[in-house]
Amino acid sequence: MKLTLSSSPHLRTKRDTGQVMRLVLYAMLPGVACQLYFFGWGVMVQAIIALITAIATEAAILALRNKSVIRNLSDYSAVLTACLLAVSIPPTLPWWMTVIGTFFAIAIVKQLYGGLGYNLFNPAMIAYVVLLVSFPAAMTQWLPPVSLQATELNFADTLSLIFTGFSVDGMDITQVKTTIDGITSATPLDYVKTGLTQSQTYSELLNSGLFNSSVADSAAAGWSWVGLAYALGGLLLLRLKVISWHIPGSMVLSVIICALLMHLINPDIYASPLFHLLNGSVLFGAFFIATDPVSASTTQKGRLVFGAMIGFWIVIIRTFGGYPDAVAFAVIIMNMAVPLIDYYTRPRTYGYSRGKQ
Amino acid sequence: MSELKELTVEGLWKNNPALVQLLGLCPLLAVTATVINGLGLGLATMLVLIGSNVTVSLVRNIVRNEIRIPVFVMVIAAFVTIVQLLMNAFTYELYLTLGIFIPLIVTNCAIIGRAEAYASKNAVLPAAVDGLMMGAGFTAVLMVLGGMREALGSGTLLAGADRLFGSIATNWTITLFDTEQPFLLAILPPGAFLGMGLLIAVKNVIDARLAARQQPETKTVTRIRVTAES
Repeated sequence: MKLTLSSSPHLRTKRDTGQVMRLVLYAMLPGVACQLYFFGWGVMVQAIIALITAIATEAAILALRNKSVIRNLSDYSAVLTACLLAVSIPPTLPWWMTVIGTFFAIAIVKQLYGGLGYNLFNPAMIAYVVLLVSFPAAMTQWLPPVSLQATELNFADTLSLIFTGFSVDGMDITQVKTTIDGITSATPLDYVKTGLTQSQTYSELLNSGLFNSSVADSAAAGWSWVGLAYALGGLLLLRLKVISWHIPGSMVLSVIICALLMHLINPDIYASPLFHLLNGSVLFGAFFIATDPVSASTTQKGRLVFGAMIGFWIVIIRTFGGYPDAVAFAVIIMNMAVPLIDYYTRPRTYGYSRGKQ
Repeated sequence: MSELKELTVEGLWKNNPALVQLLGLCPLLAVTATVINGLGLGLATMLVLIGSNVTVSLVRNIVRNEIRIPVFVMVIAAFVTIVQLLMNAFTYELYLTLGIFIPLIVTNCAIIGRAEAYASKNAVLPAAVDGLMMGAGFTAVLMVLGGMREALGSGTLLAGADRLFGSIATNWTITLFDTEQPFLLAILPPGAFLGMGLLIAVKNVIDARLAARQQPETKTVTRIRVTAES
């Protein structure tokens, strides 16, 4: 019998990094399928572009840093980053923007900081913000759901739109975006934000435009279904104990509480909690972005604070900020605060009472 | 002569005000959206540096130690005013583009730093060379950073060269690529910080390579292992 001598911890999880990352990828499938169903082929093409860029960049930089390329690539972290970015960006974004974003995420945010485990910030979210700041027009060109599109986009159209800027019939993105009613569509968040600045009330907005058609077909429903599908995948991750409940729980709760307080103060100008929760990327962010084990807080209490503050910033930035959605900004702000949170929420060492050394 | 050579190396590379001393970062990051803006501010800073270094060196034995800093600041302010008026007269458009950052040269720590650390202790000629080389080092960094940001952000180089060099430079602009959607990040302030960080990193890498090359290969001494293998 062979006795191994080693120091603690003696109980180890049986999963390695690659398996965890793969489980997260599998858990994204319901959401991705939903996006494919509602918004067409774009997300798949973006995922492929992002994947190729991510793997090539990661391999090149690992080779430059004299690290084992195969071993580090097989932890699937670059693949996950690429997929997280691909589902966050508009499905018809020009290909070179996706390439720039993915390159930035892997080369600068991840590898320049020392590779997996050393990055201060969530690579996918920094890439998203870099793209949003650099190309604000292209990054807000979201297609309406397939059922409302005046022109049906097939796979060839999508490809051609991404790589040349025009569909096979020569229509550009603004023409493609036009819905059956002849109205250029925006996302629900964008729509409500613009409407509110034009001094319409929130309840008026909910009964007009985007939200007017039957619930299942409306644009808002399309977005909400995608969010709920990601939440389903996220619950799967919770069940498999890949992520803990602290961050998504506190983040969702915090969004609800902050939005509810503001909604109660003035329901005409502040959107309802349900609207905040089901639109944009709150649910996706809560389960897939904020739970990134590297850039999130590491203590149990810290995670509660981290999630709650992200929720708070989401509602604040959405309501008072310049951009319609805020998950990426909120996550990045709180990534910066993680060292501080971790410092003040260190758990008590067993056998010592709090406050004494 | 060797002292002047050393001053040159110090100013341009080893003790570069922007890359090593990290002085004057505010104008450095604020005006480097194009090469020409960088060059314009760099030249202005260099002129002020040379002038203030020479003057401070000339008065170094007259000015009492207790009041030297106010005197240095006034000398620098005088030269900044001269440069500002000159730019107002001869390169009016560039003067408008650089705006507040020309008078702000007064507060550039690199200038008072050189006055205090070098010019107030040395003769006129070394002080002048020190000013020239520190200014040249600063200008070089401004131009490289401006070039990086301009090339990435708007796909051009030397845009607006006529603002600095007059009408002969109207068609000096090199267009690298045409785009309707410029990479705004490079032009916005974050791009300046990122570019600056990358430049410092590149300098450190080159320094490390040079140091590694200069170090003679250490002989590997093979020894008999005396402790038991655990």
